[in-house]
Amino acid sequence: MSDFWTLALGALALGGVYALIALGYTMVYGIAKMLNFAHGDIIMVGAYSAFVTFMMLGMPVWLCIIIAIIFCTLLGIGIEKAAYRPLRGSSPLAILITAIGVSYLMESIVYLAFSSAPKNVVLFPSLQGNPTATALITLGVATLLMVALVLFINYTKIGKAMRAVSEDRGAAQLMGINVNFVIMVTFAIGSALAAVAAVFWLMKTPLVTYTMGSLPGIKAFSAAVIGGIGSIPGAMIGGIIMGLIETFCDSIPGLQSYTMAIEFAILVIILLIRPSGLLGKTKREKV
Amino acid sequence: MSEKRTYFSYFKKGLTIRNYWVYTLFAVFIAIGLVLSITNLPKASTYQLFEQIGYTIVIVISLSLVVGFLGELSLGHAGFMSIGAFTGMFFQQVVLNSLASQKGFPAAIALFISMIVGGTVAAIFGFIISLPALRLKGDYLAIVTLAFGEIVKVFFQNIDIQSITNKKGSPVWSTTGIIHDFRFDYKWLYIIIFAIALLFIVMIRNLLRSPHGRNIMAIRDNEIAAKAMGVNVTFYKIFVFVLSAFIAGVAGVLFGASQATFAAAKFDYNYSINNILVIVVLGGMGNLEGSIIAALVVALLNNRLQSVLSGDLAALKNVIYAMVLIVVVIYNNAPFLKPFREKYNFRVLFNTIKAKFSKPKDPDDPEKGLPDPSYGADWSKIPTKIPMDAIVTTDVLPSNETDDWKGEN
Repeated sequence: MSDFWTLALGALALGGVYALIALGYTMVYGIAKMLNFAHGDIIMVGAYSAFVTFMMLGMPVWLCIIIAIIFCTLLGIGIEKAAYRPLRGSSPLAILITAIGVSYLMESIVYLAFSSAPKNVVLFPSLQGNPTATALITLGVATLLMVALVLFINYTKIGKAMRAVSEDRGAAQLMGINVNFVIMVTFAIGSALAAVAAVFWLMKTPLVTYTMGSLPGIKAFSAAVIGGIGSIPGAMIGGIIMGLIETFCDSIPGLQSYTMAIEFAILVIILLIRPSGLLGKTKREKV
Repeated sequence: MSEKRTYFSYFKKGLTIRNYWVYTLFAVFIAIGLVLSITNLPKASTYQLFEQIGYTIVIVISLSLVVGFLGELSLGHAGFMSIGAFTGMFFQQVVLNSLASQKGFPAAIALFISMIVGGTVAAIFGFIISLPALRLKGDYLAIVTLAFGEIVKVFFQNIDIQSITNKKGSPVWSTTGIIHDFRFDYKWLYIIIFAIALLFIVMIRNLLRSPHGRNIMAIRDNEIAAKAMGVNVTFYKIFVFVLSAFIAGVAGVLFGASQATFAAAKFDYNYSINNILVIVVLGGMGNLEGSIIAALVVALLNNRLQSVLSGDLAALKNVIYAMVLIVVVIYNNAPFLKPFREKYNFRVLFNTIKAKFSKPKDPDDPEKGLPDPSYGADWSKIPTKIPMDAIVTTDVLPSNETDDWKGEN
């Protein structure tokens, strides 16, 4: 394959990873109406879980990935129960600050446990130095998961309940939907996707540090906002856009150090043209 | 009101001073500081702590204006601070240094000029940021401000103007940051910082009590209703963002002056959130004094924990900090803790203490008993919004255990 197509494939794969993370942000926002700033750190915890099980305990890779996913899912549910549920119904800013606190807490606990030195985690040695294969696998799995998620949201009972809660929480409650359960499921799915994203992130850059979650987190958050936060197809489109911008900016020598600025500038421009993202719904406000 | 008001008419009436205790605290602090500085007792690290508290108070006031009083969330205030720090210090270094070398330019005046320069440049960017603020709402605006802060960071990280400054022989700016040799004498700097902070507090207090301040808070409480009542929403949003950016820029210059060297990477979104927004929220939104106390407490807590926990336990500081943050926010906001909160809070404590020390009011003497009419109503006690969610959820909330909706078919 020519350089351009390798690059394009890598961009799509990175976009897929961002989309997986962005889905967590966007679903939580759509259903619980909160910005979950701790979502990026779930990725970090997932990566550290893979580090512990794979590098320290020497378990097989498939088991490590399953353990990471289960651990992150439980962690997501636990965080929701302990930190966000008591604040249901209070101001969004209070919940945002709690999320920041949770993110800080996770980072510092991991720092305390593993120190700040970056550690190497090579999950798939055979894929090392083979970007095309990595990209293809990433893209394939990401697409599969997204299709599965869309089917889940559209055709299962819980999915229906999730859509109902995101539409109007009060009315959903009146119809007998257990809102707390729906929000818990949302957090579980978002965290599981973040764990998968962590595995892909490790395939791309096989290093774990306690701050590794913040950068993909913030970029995926931007991706969710570009697509229109709360919209699931929007998160996927936003993720792909972020992946394309990042990969192509990184490949042009002069632009490398400005990648982040360019990404955010495009985010601002998109928001100025469409104030609620590409696929976001505009709400009419009433007094 | 028949009197025609212009936007700055309240300045004509002169500044009034209320909330004496905050000012008293500041005055006492500055007085003690002067004594300490003259006697040269404290260590350099103590001065650094004071400087840190000082510029944190200034930046927190700045964000409090936007978040607490205008009601818009900003996650990029470190960006304004960064702009202020870099332009102010650069100006000081390049323009004033040449003057200073000729005729012993006083450092205090140099700092003052660079504060105005840094603040003004930041204010220009505040104006630019206020334009999307007119179009975007809530979380979308928050992400734009976050993006702004990151763009500023990347810009300052990459710009390299050594070639300009090399003429003077000393590099003042490298890709990693700025190094300035105009370092203010640390014994006096923090007193200047506190004086500036005090100035801003008096200014903003007066602004908030003026009709303009009322308009700003009306926008926070309900933008559409405010617009319907004739409040010029566009003007006030721009005004608050520009003012806030100016103060943040000044805070940046003060920060720059207190450091021997600083790097652009410091001012990322983590700084905006962890070191600025968190303090504003901990202090209580829309409560200037609370923010100041929170800035003081957080800085002291950080400093104490840092010196107590050393080595491997240093990370424990962050764990404690995060736990305190979560617990405080949940205690202050959780709906189910409301009755508890109303019984045990600082206001109740303060009032009990006050009641013990003050004489009972004479009901026959109206001069003593009535509150100052110019102060207006107690805003915290007037319900401006009725949260529909709260009404609905308390009545028909299904219990957690039953999954009623599952058993439909």
